[in-house]
Amino acid sequence: MRWVTAAPGRRGALLMGALPLAVLALGYVVAAAARHADNAADKILPLPGAMAAAMAGLLFEPDPLSGQYLFWADTLASLWRLGLGLGIATTAALLVGLAVGALPPVRSAFGPLVTAIAVIPPIALLPILFIVFGLGETAKVALIVIGVAPFMIRDVAGHIAALPREQVIKALTLGANSWGVVLRVALPQALPRLIAGLRLSLGPAWVFLISAEAIAADVGLGYRIFLVRRYLAMDVILPYVAWIAILAVVIDFALARTSRRLFGWAH
Amino acid sequence: MLSLRNIWVEYGEKVVLERISLDIAEGSFVSIIGPSGAGKSSLLRVILGQEQPTRGTITLDGAPLPAECGPDRGVVFQRYSVFPHLTVLGNTLLGLEFSASPFTARLFGSARRAAVAQAEAMLEQVGLADSRDLHPAQMSGGMQQRLAIAQALIKRPRILLLDEPFGALDPGIRGDMHGLITRLWREHGLTIIMVTHDIKEAFSLGTRVLTLDKRRHDPHAPHRYGASVVYDLALTRKQAEAAAEAAGEMLGITIDTKVNT
Repeated sequence: MRWVTAAPGRRGALLMGALPLAVLALGYVVAAAARHADNAADKILPLPGAMAAAMAGLLFEPDPLSGQYLFWADTLASLWRLGLGLGIATTAALLVGLAVGALPPVRSAFGPLVTAIAVIPPIALLPILFIVFGLGETAKVALIVIGVAPFMIRDVAGHIAALPREQVIKALTLGANSWGVVLRVALPQALPRLIAGLRLSLGPAWVFLISAEAIAADVGLGYRIFLVRRYLAMDVILPYVAWIAILAVVIDFALARTSRRLFGWAH
Repeated sequence: MLSLRNIWVEYGEKVVLERISLDIAEGSFVSIIGPSGAGKSSLLRVILGQEQPTRGTITLDGAPLPAECGPDRGVVFQRYSVFPHLTVLGNTLLGLEFSASPFTARLFGSARRAAVAQAEAMLEQVGLADSRDLHPAQMSGGMQQRLAIAQALIKRPRILLLDEPFGALDPGIRGDMHGLITRLWREHGLTIIMVTHDIKEAFSLGTRVLTLDKRRHDPHAPHRYGASVVYDLALTRKQAEAAAEAAGEMLGITIDTKVNT
């Protein structure tokens, strides 16, 4: 057996994947126990029991001030912002990316503009967004859109522009007009790439969401993490971070499954 | 039927083709051969409408040829002729859908059923009737070229242009494809112009073989002279042989192991 040709089975791969995670969790518990042996009131590495107790309050008991179940309110608010931002970015990527990729005059006119927007660090625009849109939801969603849309547009446009020239010529000899080529040749081949681009954009989108919530919000996963930081409440921060990781993995997995199911030819 | 008058193709300083004048008769099978870089594919692209000649005129039945690709000229390339996101049936239907509905480029209801029947009949002719729900990635190179031919023929083009259509296939399958294209050419009364690297293929399939090459060569400025037609051979006897061979090929057309003879 050689390393480059080794093929772990399904169960073997699952076991091998779980092992590092288990080692990490175990290492954390050992380190936390060691700190608590020195100082029973340690807040930096809370024990799993303390985390469960802290989270139970957020999960099952309404906040006395607002009457909301904070954990669920945070999750809902963050997912709403993320979904709205990614939805707008995906729609823009499909429309603009298709036009820029499939139609050379549109590419000449708008390609440089998209590139120029793409090279601006989105966080540098956050103050402008707050000034223009205020501190409400719009600015946060706008940051996600500005952060990920240019990348997705360029990704889709590049993919469509790189389709073999023969495909366009062939479609024209089959009686297509420009619209027909966009609709039946470019669009179907853009969709799987769009989902792939969306999956790659999930990471940056979360970064922009948490950043915007950290600066100005009254609810949201990022807001909560930055709020309880003031009290050194690692027993809330760590479960929140783990929850964000779980949400991100589930979304990514769902997108991958969707793409395989709808666009089997591309996989 | 197709007539080229004094065609020049130049890319900036570089002359690729010069003084090409040809008359191509209806129903002929013209093979174009020549060394690499002699402008074989340029000539094909000019006839296809993908490129414009810098000088000269092309007429089809006396009328100037539209300077754009259109359904009167079908094409099969060496690769990338079929659409990877469509099934075999979808690829074949596409030509009918484009012409029937310019806005949605799709067919519905009874119009679709009629088109499907037409596409299935076409697939039957190229031996792909059992593969109608496969995607191109699931098929061999030979099957993809069969599909590309079916896809082009369903539009009933006046001229079918083939750009090294069998160049990427292995010899056995190439033999099958020769039989197939000869049979389709006869049955549909097609006019075919084929660019090829394979001299044997050019002579065994064509009723006319054109050789493109440079007549003149300036050693100090090799790009200043373009290629033109140096041999133009009519193969009337071969045409009869090809017809006879086509009759024999009809039986064993889907056997992929048949050796090129």
